[in-house]
Amino acid sequence: MSAPTQVLFDEPGPRARRNNVLLSIASGLVILAAIAYIVWKFEAAGQLTAAKWEPFAYTVIQTTLLQGMWATLKVALVASVLALAVGIAFALLRLAPTRAISLPSTLVLEIFRGVPVLLLIFATFLLFGNQIGSFWSVVIGLTLYNGMVIAEIMRAGILAVPRGQREAAMSIGLRGSQTMRLVLLPQAVRAMMPTLIAQVVVLLKDSALGFMVTYQDLLYQVRLIGRDYNNLLPTFIVGAALFIVINMLVAALARWLETRMQRKTAARTGPAKAED
Amino acid sequence: MDFTSLLEIFASGTLGTLRLFAVTLVGCLVGGTVLAAMRVSPTPVLRGTAAAYVNIVRNTPLTLVMFFCVLGLPYLDIRFSETASINSFALACLALIAYTSCFVAEVLRSGIATIPVGQAEAARSIGLTFSQSLRLVILPQAFRTVIPPMGSVIIAMLKNTSIASAFNNRELISAMRNAIEIRGDIVIPLLFATALVYLLLALILGRVFDYLEKKWVILR
Repeated sequence: MSAPTQVLFDEPGPRARRNNVLLSIASGLVILAAIAYIVWKFEAAGQLTAAKWEPFAYTVIQTTLLQGMWATLKVALVASVLALAVGIAFALLRLAPTRAISLPSTLVLEIFRGVPVLLLIFATFLLFGNQIGSFWSVVIGLTLYNGMVIAEIMRAGILAVPRGQREAAMSIGLRGSQTMRLVLLPQAVRAMMPTLIAQVVVLLKDSALGFMVTYQDLLYQVRLIGRDYNNLLPTFIVGAALFIVINMLVAALARWLETRMQRKTAARTGPAKAED
Repeated sequence: MDFTSLLEIFASGTLGTLRLFAVTLVGCLVGGTVLAAMRVSPTPVLRGTAAAYVNIVRNTPLTLVMFFCVLGLPYLDIRFSETASINSFALACLALIAYTSCFVAEVLRSGIATIPVGQAEAARSIGLTFSQSLRLVILPQAFRTVIPPMGSVIIAMLKNTSIASAFNNRELISAMRNAIEIRGDIVIPLLFATALVYLLLALILGRVFDYLEKKWVILR
């Protein structure tokens, strides 16, 4: 916890401690009441009966859900890789020294970044859906949008590398492309890794939009199971839990990478070693 | 199908998007502030609840949240209106508010962290209580420092209203699909028109936040 949140209130004295306990109990009761109300609503609507939850013990349902999950993950994986490539390409285009290159790419970037990702998925599906299918429609829609966001992240990262790095690289005789490839990009990627992974989490969440263009992803299967077994709500909850677990794992990976990179840069500020 | 009726479809769609946006804007600012206040409060139960809520909802796709609200809540007999269209509008707003509040809360919390320790200490030393110091000293400053990131959260929310199109709501994307059904021969211009409206709205919002930033932001 950061410093200001600690100084917002005093070290509690006897009265404050008592009030705190009372408040804790009161707010705890309110929250418990809210949870109880929700559970009661579920019960009243007959959503807690065994019949609604039993289907999740069937292997058929489990494999269907996992298939849906895998379909969603596949979209997210392919789209992240492509978005990273598109992002680096557009970051370089925007940083190009000639205005004839940087200006049009800025325009394209702003357009794709400014519209909802759903619109891009729809556009791809409507224009090319017959030829490339729903999987690639979702992938291309996600790639266009997230690629542009990643391009902006990368550009900020490249610009944030201290100027001396570029000057040093130039002065030992590296060409412009070599400076970018060997000196600036690696540092930018490292500095921006947490933000990049946060964007991948966004992409992963957006990949749930696939069902809108009839892609058979997790939500599609959830709706199907919910209809067949008349247990839409329980199926939602299971689907949501699957999503949350995966997203939290990716977010945890981001945190782990962040601390690991900090450690690495802190420990190895000596002459460069060959092993890197 | 002539040009004016297409324009009418788009106008009603834009209006729908703006309505969703306006209701959600008010709701998520209030909800986000409450969540942020809970996260820095002295009561551990409130802190824990707010943290759990934010972490769960933030990691759920908005599509799923909306799925749950619009299609799930009616199963629990939670309805806002007898009319189906108003009901789905209210439920979509609820989903957007529930989702966006988390991001607003996180932005505000990072804003609270940037306020110099001396401010909170000074507030305490003149005898303000927790709620007073939060209300009168900390939050007004936090709101001002977080205008730029708040702007991107709000613009993202504007774009997220498009997801409501899949749940019986009248807004830009559903207007576009409607128009494409009628005029399948001019798909590309219609797509561009929709993109243009979104870009325009985002541009205006960006300008508003730039203005607010110039007017209010505190440089440290």
